[in-house]
Amino acid sequence: MNRVIVNTDWCKRCGICVEFCPVEVFTQEVDGTPVPEHLEKCTGCRMCVLRCPDFAVEVEVDKDGTK
Amino acid sequence: MSNMKFDDYLVKNKFPLFWCGGCGNGNVLGAIVRAFEELQLDRKNTVVVTGIGCWGKADDYINTNAFHGTHGRALAFATGIKLANPELKVLVLMGDGDGATIGGNHLIHAARRNVDLTAIVVNNLNYGMTGGQYSGTTPEASYTSTSPYGHIEQGFDLCKLVEGAGAPYVARGSVYNIVQLQKLIVEALNKKGFSFVEAIAPCPTHFGRRNGMKTGPKMLNWIKENSVNIKQAEKLSPEEREKKFVLGKFVDRDKEDYSTKYEKIFAIAENAE
Amino acid sequence: MEQNRRIRFIQGNEAIAEGAIAAGARFYAGYPITPSSEVAEVSSVRLPQVGGLYVQMEDEIGSIAAIIGASVAGKKSYTATSGPGFSLMQENLGVAVMAEVPCVIIDVQRSGPSTGLATKPAQGDVMQSRWGTHGDHGIIVISPSSVQDCYDLTIQAFNLSEKYRTPVIFLADEIVGHMREKAVLWEPSPDQIINRKKPTCDPKDYKPFKPDEDGIAPLAAYGSEYVFRVSGSTHDETGFANSKPDNADRFIRHYTDKIEKNKKDIVILRRFNLEDAEYAIVTFGCSTRSALEAMKIARNMGKKVGVLQLVTLWPFADDGVRELCRKVKGVVVPEMNLGQVIREVKRVNENNIPIVGVNKVNSEAITPFEILAGIEEVER
Repeated sequence: MNRVIVNTDWCKRCGICVEFCPVEVFTQEVDGTPVPEHLEKCTGCRMCVLRCPDFAVEVEVDKDGTK
Repeated sequence: MSNMKFDDYLVKNKFPLFWCGGCGNGNVLGAIVRAFEELQLDRKNTVVVTGIGCWGKADDYINTNAFHGTHGRALAFATGIKLANPELKVLVLMGDGDGATIGGNHLIHAARRNVDLTAIVVNNLNYGMTGGQYSGTTPEASYTSTSPYGHIEQGFDLCKLVEGAGAPYVARGSVYNIVQLQKLIVEALNKKGFSFVEAIAPCPTHFGRRNGMKTGPKMLNWIKENSVNIKQAEKLSPEEREKKFVLGKFVDRDKEDYSTKYEKIFAIAENAE
Repeated sequence: MEQNRRIRFIQGNEAIAEGAIAAGARFYAGYPITPSSEVAEVSSVRLPQVGGLYVQMEDEIGSIAAIIGASVAGKKSYTATSGPGFSLMQENLGVAVMAEVPCVIIDVQRSGPSTGLATKPAQGDVMQSRWGTHGDHGIIVISPSSVQDCYDLTIQAFNLSEKYRTPVIFLADEIVGHMREKAVLWEPSPDQIINRKKPTCDPKDYKPFKPDEDGIAPLAAYGSEYVFRVSGSTHDETGFANSKPDNADRFIRHYTDKIEKNKKDIVILRRFNLEDAEYAIVTFGCSTRSALEAMKIARNMGKKVGVLQLVTLWPFADDGVRELCRKVKGVVVPEMNLGQVIREVKRVNENNIPIVGVNKVNSEAITPFEILAGIEEVER
């Protein structure tokens, strides 16, 4: 399974990763903090990494390809 | 030189970024440092020149040489830097207020002069740093802190302006189309001569809030919905096209840059003595 | 040492350009404006002959920006302008102060305010050259009174600029700039030329704003082994923005101190017949010529008159002028403005001797007889 890491020190809770994830990996805590809850859906497209304005999301793609 | 990773070009001890949540500046910064990685730019030979404004803070996060000057004058400082040492790779980072409004004169003349610089203007459609006043690119009829009844001026089409001034490379991207933006920046950095990339970016705090889009996602969706590529734009009427962000590469032509031409001046002057 | 000398009959503006090149300047950016344009024209001919660059910018704001950029990229650089353009340069002059960038700004003064009596002479930019850019800072301002001065003192301006890592303003005027006189263009030997200190430390330890023991920080050049940043925003030793009050206090004081505390080295005064003088004329720039003539006439009339020429206007020669005011019975200050230098003379006039201004702002040079009238006034 891919790993999605959110750096909560750098994250500003803008919600962009949540809104634009094509497969809805993220949910949000009450304060807006993104939670990569549905990692099983992650395709490793890394758009959340590129779209995060704060360099706060990292995706480690599982090289074995096991979901 | 050892292989440089994109975060080797970042000054991470200055993080978290200074900008508001949902601001597009961080995305453009990301596209730039990823372009640096792709091109394996030599830190010693690279100078990032910035002006004043939210985007003018960008050099704080970039681990190359940097020059942080005055509001609107980044291109003029950069012209001196580049002409004094043509071996340098010089990037000029400006906002729409900075680079295209107060600095509009330097923009057209740097393009005309064809100094080998790469100018990246982050266009967030207003002055973010000072509280969201209208700039030279604010769209007509939108609301800002100084156009509370609706803006009555037309915004600049910066790409047309710079193309008209003679730049050999002109392109527009957006932070929504982030992959394309990075590609355009790479091309611009590779271009010999004056290259210009405009990046449409959200300012949810000011422009967004006053125009019904107070979150980053809302503004980003608005940019997405109002963006067309060059082919799509050709099918639109001029009135329809004016309301859209036309994304893509408008100009890519070869033109001798200023420093190359000046080499010939040295030869002529020597013989004139 | 046998020096290469050329004897020429030239304009002050031409001598300024020649002096800049002799000092090692290899970059000029400017915008045409009378009465300074000959500095640009001569530079456009001469610089490419010595491997230097001339670029004409879109305005004076861009011109000073370009020379600051070029200087950080390693080239000694200069620009020339006159009042209206000098006004436009003020903001970026502050960048050169804040980022401690050596460069020389030549202001060939003309009548103002605004377009004024284009382009007749004046000496009205004395205070602007000191305080024109906003915020506290020190600045070096040098004022020539002859074509030879234009050459010699331009070299000196570059030397001080490089030594103290500061912009230097060369405050000429229309009369000196357009006057033609004999000038000896001597070739400076290497030990007569000062170049900025370069860092010698390990590149990873380099801090572009960390002063050495002499109070001045070495300045690397872009493209060298040293990766560094400079900024017009308040910054710390590393060049990164720093808004802490103690840091701001330290650096803003530094910009003043590095000039004011080195007055002894910086300030040039010329004294004429002051040994026995009962009355003195304190003068600068083009007015020096009339002052010297007035002194000669007065001496012929049996009056003990001397002249103190302020070659360096800023930092102000407090000690030299204070000492003069202690010695003489009265001072006359002729200036082609309504009284700018006289304020400084009065500031250091501890014994309250009579000080009289001879002021003229109608675009005509002050005559020796007008200065003599001033002397008669202080005698009373």
